[in-house]
Amino acid sequence: MKYIDEYRDPALARRLAHAITIATTRRWTIMEICGGQTHAIVRYGIDKLLPEGIELVHGPGCPVCVTPVEMIDRAVRISECPGVILCSFGDMLRVPGSSKDLFSARAAGADVRIVYSPLDALAIARSHPRNEVVFFGVGFETTAPTTAMAVYQAQQTGVKNFSMLISHVLVPPAMEAILSSPTNRVQGFLAAGHVCAVMGYQEYRPIAERYHVPIVVTGFEPVDILDGILRCVRQLEAGQIRVENAYARAVRTQGNETARKIIARVFHVVRRSWRGLGEIPESGLAFTPEYAEFDAGKRLGVGPIAVAENEVCIAGLVLQGARKPTECPAFGSECTPEFPLGAPMVSSEGACAAYYLYRRHTAADAKESTI
Amino acid sequence: MSATSRLTCPIPIARYPRILTAHGGGGSLTRSLIHDLFFAAFENPVLADEHDGAVLSQPAGRIALTTDSYVVSPLFFPGGNIGSLAVHGTVNDLAMCGARAVGLSVGFILEEGLEMDVLWRIALAMRRAADAAGVQIVTGDTKVVEKGKGDGVFINTAGVGELKHQRVIAPRSIREGDAVILSGDVGRHGVAILSAREGIAFETPVESDSALLCEPALALVDEGIDVHCMRDLTRGGLAAALIEISDTARRAIHIDEATIPVVEGVRGACEVLGLDPFYVANEGRFVAVVGGANADRAVEILQRIEVSSGSRCIGQVRAGAARVTMTGRIGVERILDLFSGEQLPRIC
Repeated sequence: MKYIDEYRDPALARRLAHAITIATTRRWTIMEICGGQTHAIVRYGIDKLLPEGIELVHGPGCPVCVTPVEMIDRAVRISECPGVILCSFGDMLRVPGSSKDLFSARAAGADVRIVYSPLDALAIARSHPRNEVVFFGVGFETTAPTTAMAVYQAQQTGVKNFSMLISHVLVPPAMEAILSSPTNRVQGFLAAGHVCAVMGYQEYRPIAERYHVPIVVTGFEPVDILDGILRCVRQLEAGQIRVENAYARAVRTQGNETARKIIARVFHVVRRSWRGLGEIPESGLAFTPEYAEFDAGKRLGVGPIAVAENEVCIAGLVLQGARKPTECPAFGSECTPEFPLGAPMVSSEGACAAYYLYRRHTAADAKESTI
Repeated sequence: MSATSRLTCPIPIARYPRILTAHGGGGSLTRSLIHDLFFAAFENPVLADEHDGAVLSQPAGRIALTTDSYVVSPLFFPGGNIGSLAVHGTVNDLAMCGARAVGLSVGFILEEGLEMDVLWRIALAMRRAADAAGVQIVTGDTKVVEKGKGDGVFINTAGVGELKHQRVIAPRSIREGDAVILSGDVGRHGVAILSAREGIAFETPVESDSALLCEPALALVDEGIDVHCMRDLTRGGLAAALIEISDTARRAIHIDEATIPVVEGVRGACEVLGLDPFYVANEGRFVAVVGGANADRAVEILQRIEVSSGSRCIGQVRAGAARVTMTGRIGVERILDLFSGEQLPRIC
């Protein structure tokens, strides 16, 4: 298949891995931002092709993982309001809130539906004029444009029974939060190619300069990831730090200007709480006053809810790349995809789920497999 | 005129264009539905006895018994429908035991309001599939539920099959060194259903692989292949079938990703939707675990038959604890594990 097979070519992958081995003279810690990349790394065993000196740590780029428990609880509460149809992406339905997840709310009678796009939720609103249709909008800069477009279209066409619970977040502030942490170990980043396809990569230049870290815009296939790692290692070894685009077939410097415009029209940047990372200034999106009427929380009177995170789960440290999933005492025992304590064990982009699915069932097994 | 050549619903059923609760009430409408629609479609001497149960002659050897329920939505999808699926599924389950189906039962749960013509087309599809499998639908049952309490029609079929051999074809029979053979490309049924259900159109339309597997499965047995286990790939796909066999047998299975065919349309759809084709449902594929020495001959036998012409050896039973491992595209080995619940579309 075009654009797939050539990026999964085993011979090319081995050549790149060999080039990385030759280029590496010291130990380097590199973080891949995106959970999609984490899954590709663990699934294809890319980390096992790398020399001992290169450690990959997994970043916070999993939209489900960083959505605060409080937002899940609010979504559950909204879904329980009479006449509400709550729509979201499939992954969101299994994320545990403080007492239940959205699947459980559905089993108890709430009308909760999986959609592939916020525009599908808008279509449901049009065909169910007597219901309030709420889209639970999560994700990074990748999903924000479609969320924005759905709200824009709802306003343009006068759809009155459509609103949203918004938990959109932005990648660069999270990178800065990780880099400025006193325990930070990250020396280079693989930036998420699809985020850059939307936003471009200009905004990464100040971060690379300020923190002296190479940032390589990287794709999602094994060859893409190995190429991203190679470029990152070469920069680190040479001490020449910059932002580099290793995903030129999808990413332009300015990104997708139409998508950026619609985001800027509907949303403004606000302080946002991240699951596991806490509050980060200027790290999230909220409706501008012009679109404030689409805020489902306000419309249905479901305000902030105070909740506590699970004490055993180390999701926050995993999301910062400070710990590996298998270093969690609950991994594979108390916490499994069937009974998850934290979101990284649920999401198809969560690091804990990747280790559980593709490596071993218990922490001991997983360690054994990496020796 | 045979029933399967009739295109429209037989009179007097046509006076009732939709199923009414009265069709399940046990009165004259129930009788009319059974006689004019089901008997007309399934016509055979055992059914014509109109008895409470079907009486079949005792086969010489052992018998196999299986049952399955079908709730697929939409009822008609590219490559099949709930009726053909309900016959294929049960006949295939018998074939996986090395048994030839000798009789099927069918239970219909009909939702009030179901179009009679839809039911007729489903019944005809069942008849055609049963004819192709050389089996008759010999007994059945009908219930009607109120509108909103079903999804058009649910079907349960059960089947009795005859074993003409003494082999124990089951997970516990697999041995270290056995070959794992897959009968063709994977993932088509799941993608066909998903695209029909969600109205997602792909450049290359994907048809379900729904098909009878009795011919290839029984050919292996009849030609003296040392068959240890067979399993058709349904929900959970290739991965779930192998994991179940490995778990039950308490043996390790290893496969090689590069040997597993996935057609372009399925690969494309799975890439877009974030699904793993090895976990996507099939309705016309099976794996056979055979003695290692017989592997090449088994593949040859399967390749001669159209439905299994894409057969190839994809792996082996290995020494070690119960676990399925796979050598991936770039040569690194990993585990195949069951998904929790269903595969969900990813966010970005």
